[in-house]
Amino acid sequence: MAKVLMKGNEAIAEAAIRAGCVNYFAYPITPQSEVAEYLVKRLPEEGGVFLQGESEVAVGYMIFGAAAAGERVMTTSSSPGISLMSESISYIAAANCPAVFVNIVRGGPGLGGILPSQGDYFQATKGGGHGDYHLLVLAPDGVQEAVEMTMQAFTLAEKYRGPVMILGDGLIGQMMEPVEFPDNLKTEPSNKDDWATNGMDTRKSKKRNLVKSLFLNPTELNNNNLALKAKYDQMKREEIQFEAYNTDGDYKVLITSFGTMSRVCRTAIDLLKEEGIEVAMLRPKTVFPFPEKAVFDAATKESCKAVISIEMNMGQMVEDVERCVKGQRPVTFYGECGGDIPSPEKIIEIIKAMI
Amino acid sequence: MQTEIKFAGFGGQGILLSAKLMAYAAMKQGSFVAWVPSYGPEMRGGTAYCTVVISDKLIGSPIIKNPTHLVAMNLPSLEKFVNDVKPGGIVFINSSLIPITSNRTDIEQLVVPINDIAIKAGNIRASNIVALAAFAAKSKLVDLDLLKDCIKEEFAAKAKIIPLNMKAFDEGVNFANNNI
Repeated sequence: MAKVLMKGNEAIAEAAIRAGCVNYFAYPITPQSEVAEYLVKRLPEEGGVFLQGESEVAVGYMIFGAAAAGERVMTTSSSPGISLMSESISYIAAANCPAVFVNIVRGGPGLGGILPSQGDYFQATKGGGHGDYHLLVLAPDGVQEAVEMTMQAFTLAEKYRGPVMILGDGLIGQMMEPVEFPDNLKTEPSNKDDWATNGMDTRKSKKRNLVKSLFLNPTELNNNNLALKAKYDQMKREEIQFEAYNTDGDYKVLITSFGTMSRVCRTAIDLLKEEGIEVAMLRPKTVFPFPEKAVFDAATKESCKAVISIEMNMGQMVEDVERCVKGQRPVTFYGECGGDIPSPEKIIEIIKAMI
Repeated sequence: MQTEIKFAGFGGQGILLSAKLMAYAAMKQGSFVAWVPSYGPEMRGGTAYCTVVISDKLIGSPIIKNPTHLVAMNLPSLEKFVNDVKPGGIVFINSSLIPITSNRTDIEQLVVPINDIAIKAGNIRASNIVALAAFAAKSKLVDLDLLKDCIKEEFAAKAKIIPLNMKAFDEGVNFANNNI
C-alpha cells in the first residue's frame, strides 16, 4: 500500500479499524480528540459502534463490557481521562479481559496543560489503578510506529487476555507523517468461547462463562494474582521490544529515552557523532515489560562511563534504568515537562558536560 | 539534507493547509516529511503556526527552533520568527498585511501581496494558495505540477473551487517569477 500523510491520532484510529476493532467508546479530550472525530465517520462504514460516554468513568466500563463479551474494543484518551478510567482498567486486568487503551499524554499533574509530556510513565507501567496488575505498554516514537503498535496491541491483548496500552504523547497525536499500513488483522479471538460472556446462542460450547474481578475467597484471589503474575512473567520472556541506536561504537555515554524524546536524542547523537563524540541510545519500545537485560548490557559495555535517562517528565523511567544498571555505572537524569520539548542542542550541551 | 519551513499567521488564513500541501508534495517526491502544528486553545483570529520538515533521511527531532525558511502571513508572525531563520533562508512576507520588511541582510526576502492577488483571482480565501505557490516557485523545494496535483486532490470533494485555486496558484507563481 502506498504511503499516506496522516496525523498520529487519525492514523491510530485507522489502524484500529484495520485491526478489526469495530467497538470504540470515548470521551473527547485534547490532544487526542481527532481519534474520535475520525472514528465517528469511519466506524459506521465498517458496521461498527462509536459511542461517546458521559464521562471517562463510564467509558472505562463500556470497554469492560465489550471486552467481557470477547469483542475487540479500544478507547483513547489523554492523561486526566486515563486517570478517570484507571478503576476500570484495574477491573479489566483482574477479570482477564482483552482491551486496548491509548493514552495521548499531555502535561500534568491535575489538568496540567495540553502539550506533549511523558509524565504518565509511572501511571502506565506501575499501575494507575489499584492492586497487583500491569498493562503491557507500547511506546511509539512517531506516527508509523503508532500504527504498527496499535495493531499489535489487539493481538497482544488477546494473547494475554488483558489490557494493553499505547503510551503516546501530544506530539505523536498531532503531528502528520507519512505512514504505510500493514496488512489488515482480521483473525477472531480464537478461544473466546471458553471465557467470554458472549451469549449462549452465538457459541457451540454450553459451558456458562463468568467474568468477574471479585474473589472473596483468599485462595481464589491469590490464585488469580498468581495467574496474572504468570502472564507478566511470560510478557517479560516473549514481548520485550527495544531499539539500540549507535551501540556498535565505543560510546562513553548511554542515553535511555523513549517515545518522542528519543527522536530528539537521536538527532543529538547524530550531531555529536559529526564532532567525533560517540554516544549511544537504548530506547525501550515496550516500557512494560522493560528491556532490563538490554539496558544492563548497553550500560556495562567497557567504553561506557555513564548513563543518562532523558525524558519529558521529572524522572520516571530513570528509576527502571537505575534498577537495571544495578549500580554498575552512574545513572543521571535530565527532563523537562512543561510542554516544550528539549532541543537537540540542549541534549548536546548536557552530554558534553558529562564527558 | 534537511529543510524546515515555518508557516505562520493567524487562525483562518489556511496556514495548516498550505503547510500540509507542501509536506504532501514532498512526500510524493520521495522525501521523509513531518508536519508539526502548534496546537492549543486557539480560535479564528488567534495565532497559528506549523513547521514542515523535509529530509532525505529519517527525521529525528521534528521540533525545530531555527527553520531554513519562514512563510509569514501577518505582522506578528514576521516579528516573532524572522530572527530564528537560518542565514541564507527565504523569508516570505505577505505584504498585503505586513507593511515592513526585515532588516536582516543574510536572508532572501520574498515580498508578495497575496491577499490582493487572491482577490484578483476571485476570492481572498485562496490567499494561502497564492502564498504556497509563490514560496514553492522561489524555493524550488517541490515540483510545481506535483504540488498542483496535490491541491486538486485535497479539494477533490469540493471540485467547484479547484479552478479558483488553480488560478490563484498560477498567479502566485507568476508573481514570484516576475518580481524578483
